[in-house]
Amino acid sequence: MIKKTPLYRKHLELSAKMVDFAGWNMPVTYSGVIEEHLAVRNSVGIFDVSHMGEIDIKGEEVIPFLQYILVSDISGMKEGDVSYSLMCLPNGGIVDDLLVYKISDKYFMLCVNASNKDKDLAWITDHSGDYNVGVIDKSEATALISLQGVKSANILTEISDLDISSVRHNNFRFGKVAGAEAMISRTGYTGEDGFEIFFKAEDAEMVWGAMMSAGEKYGIKPIGLAARDTLRLEMKYTLYGNDISDKTNPVEAGLSWAVGFDKEDFIGRDILIEEKKNGPQRKLVGFELLERGIPRAHYAIYADGRMVGEVTSGTHSPSLNKGIGLAYIDTDYAKVGSKIEVEVRRHMVKGEVVKTPFCSGSLKRD
Amino acid sequence: MEFPDDLLYTKEHEWIRVVGDTAVIGITDYAQSQLGDIVYTELPDIGTEFAPGNAFSVVESVKTVSDIYSPITGTIEEVNDNLESSPEQINAEPYTGGWIVKMTISNADELEKLLSPEEYESLVNEESH
Repeated sequence: MIKKTPLYRKHLELSAKMVDFAGWNMPVTYSGVIEEHLAVRNSVGIFDVSHMGEIDIKGEEVIPFLQYILVSDISGMKEGDVSYSLMCLPNGGIVDDLLVYKISDKYFMLCVNASNKDKDLAWITDHSGDYNVGVIDKSEATALISLQGVKSANILTEISDLDISSVRHNNFRFGKVAGAEAMISRTGYTGEDGFEIFFKAEDAEMVWGAMMSAGEKYGIKPIGLAARDTLRLEMKYTLYGNDISDKTNPVEAGLSWAVGFDKEDFIGRDILIEEKKNGPQRKLVGFELLERGIPRAHYAIYADGRMVGEVTSGTHSPSLNKGIGLAYIDTDYAKVGSKIEVEVRRHMVKGEVVKTPFCSGSLKRD
Repeated sequence: MEFPDDLLYTKEHEWIRVVGDTAVIGITDYAQSQLGDIVYTELPDIGTEFAPGNAFSVVESVKTVSDIYSPITGTIEEVNDNLESSPEQINAEPYTGGWIVKMTISNADELEKLLSPEEYESLVNEESH
């Protein structure tokens, strides 16, 4: 059964092109991927990401439990903090990447990928036996709207009772949005200043409508999955299933910054410490094409006449107007400035490993 | 969605305008709307021969790659060079400024196998429902 978000009717009203993604019927484009992408980079866009999973974890031992199943060290998190983390297998492969929300010392929420939600829930529950915690999947009852771009704070200020300027980046607070109880998180997947707002599914159409009305003067546009992908790719934000998976580990994926190597114990610890010490054989890097062409996932990468890697995500960058991609490349060739060739269907196209993010969003511009 | 009535069509969503011995070929309004923003085209060399079903061009949108197949047997006479710098012409004007190639028609009988505007329109209606 394909699931529909509480905003399904809104997408049809807006004549979105719909696709099935991770078991959900989701909008892939509305007005066009480039126009949507640039609206977020230049002003503001609104995304329905209600397909994402929300899992509450509560109880006396929630902190030791999360310290064990997550690779990051959450001991320093304060109430209202949001933190990026991952869950790994004992062999270091990635179960999922996620955001951790600290509501109190005994109450956290995890926001996980839609495509992994059922797997995550089983993984979390299976490992919770030795801890005094309760695990509640509240995904179905929760709507999630992402408002991204320099004008996002203006819109929220207009329709929320919270002092939005008091919500700092990677923080969240509870408040009302258009009269509905909401959890307002200053986070996103675009590189822009922005917010992810959680609320009850039954309030979704009303909240969406209020944001669209308040955003009209800024030229707000609804954004589909296609532009969500190009926006995150320009920032080198990894996508589970493309750039990371149970066959890749956080060290080679460039996510060591999210690993608490000094923690006493956590799933995957030994192998990640080993990988960090020895250095990974391959690294996830960003590259751009120096000639016309668009890289796509699974294209082969060559250097010195031999295959040295494979593209995991690729697209035409609407901001830079050129082909960009992410790839695992043998460490010898993974340095910024390394010349590579990408096999684009029948021919070789010259490229270069570049610094990432590929361009700067408002988070960096400010 | 437009289906100009002076054109012939294929199941693979190409259109063909017959002008004397020449076939002008492009992709349909429906095809461009399905692909989304087109950002890259790969065009064949003039003088190359193609048979029905041979891929003669590649059109890429931000999201996806699509081969364009020759609807007939023929030789490339001319390609739309404007598409190199302005591939979005295919989105804006799929039936006019967004044409892709002109081919000499080697075997006029093959044109009879192509779809009429009415046949193509009903095919699209089926696909999109």
